[in-house]
Amino acid sequence: MMRTLLVRGMLAGLAAGLLAAAFAYVVGEPPVGDAIALEESHATASHGDAASHDDTASRGDTAHAESHTHAGSPGHASESGAAPESGGVPESGEDGGHEHGDDALVGRGVQSTIGLATGVTGYAVAVGGLFAIAFAVAQGRVTTLRPRVSAALLAAGGFAVVVLVPFLKYPANPPAVGQAGTIEDRTALYFGFLALSVATAMVAVAAGRAVADRSGAACGGLLGVGGYVTVMTIAAALLPAVDEVPDGFPGSLLWDFRLASLGTQAVLWCALGLGFAVLAEKALGPETAPSPEKAPGQARDGAPKAARQ
Amino acid sequence: MSQPNVVSIPRTGAVPRPDAIRIPLRDIVPWAIFTTLLALLVLFFVSTEAGAVSLVSDGLVHEFVHDGRHLLAFPCH
Ligand SMILES: [Zn+2]
Repeated sequence: MMRTLLVRGMLAGLAAGLLAAAFAYVVGEPPVGDAIALEESHATASHGDAASHDDTASRGDTAHAESHTHAGSPGHASESGAAPESGGVPESGEDGGHEHGDDALVGRGVQSTIGLATGVTGYAVAVGGLFAIAFAVAQGRVTTLRPRVSAALLAAGGFAVVVLVPFLKYPANPPAVGQAGTIEDRTALYFGFLALSVATAMVAVAAGRAVADRSGAACGGLLGVGGYVTVMTIAAALLPAVDEVPDGFPGSLLWDFRLASLGTQAVLWCALGLGFAVLAEKALGPETAPSPEKAPGQARDGAPKAARQ
Repeated sequence: MSQPNVVSIPRTGAVPRPDAIRIPLRDIVPWAIFTTLLALLVLFFVSTEAGAVSLVSDGLVHEFVHDGRHLLAFPCH
């Protein structure tokens, strides 16, 4: 049974990952491309005084020069008038485009298509596996609802705990936003906050379930959700903020990117939850199928329309 | 409509409902360990490799999954 659930979780994750990758390609790649173009034109990479006219002029050029290598950069340098002094500084070249353009091992054309799909799908399959484990633990313990209802609720909660709450404190950043020297700190803060969110949610669910057994579901739910929100709010207030958006970085581009990032995750978790809900219902079906008729409480109170499939 | 459902569960919840499938924890644990290890490995390569921590030093993996890392909201660079 566990093996079946696991395989189905990863299958749902695979499908969700492909959908999310398609969304990311259509909605997310334009802002990523714009941000990389800005980054490579040195518009904002710690050179706030760089002439923005030159940068917007060269932005179009760098945007379609997909695998832009350092060997070809004399042409690029002459395009932007501010380049001679900023392009000559070695570290600006390093923190500027080491991943995307200059010493690219992987061209932008690959990064924005197969690379994107592989990254998002790999993430989704891994999350799908973990999701199946979480479902197996929760089903019959935290919730006694129908498998598909449990799966949908778990996906909604998972999205909030794993994506939304960390995002509210440490939102996604496009290329060109963020200083190279602080990547260790930012990574530690992000994963620390993510781990705290997951751990707090697990404690909150266990506590909420225990209280619900004694004092009713309303008390348990309120305590669980309220406790989680309180702990995470305090933690968010205490932990340091990360604010490394360079001067002159377009606010609308930042917004577009962050919305696309959140959208990618939302598509992923929605598809994962719904896909797994269908598959889990089938996996646990033979045992649960006769029960709606036998257990009137479940059949009547659960979704009557949905119960007929 | 959902209210009686939600309230009725805790009362019978002490004794698990016969129709609520509950997979024994001892069946879950081995799979959980296996999945967690595998998932963490994949998530590490998607999210962090050659960013803050480097195992494969040439940065090939990082560059390949680079856009996914940004769009999945992980800190990249
Ligand atoms: Zn990056």
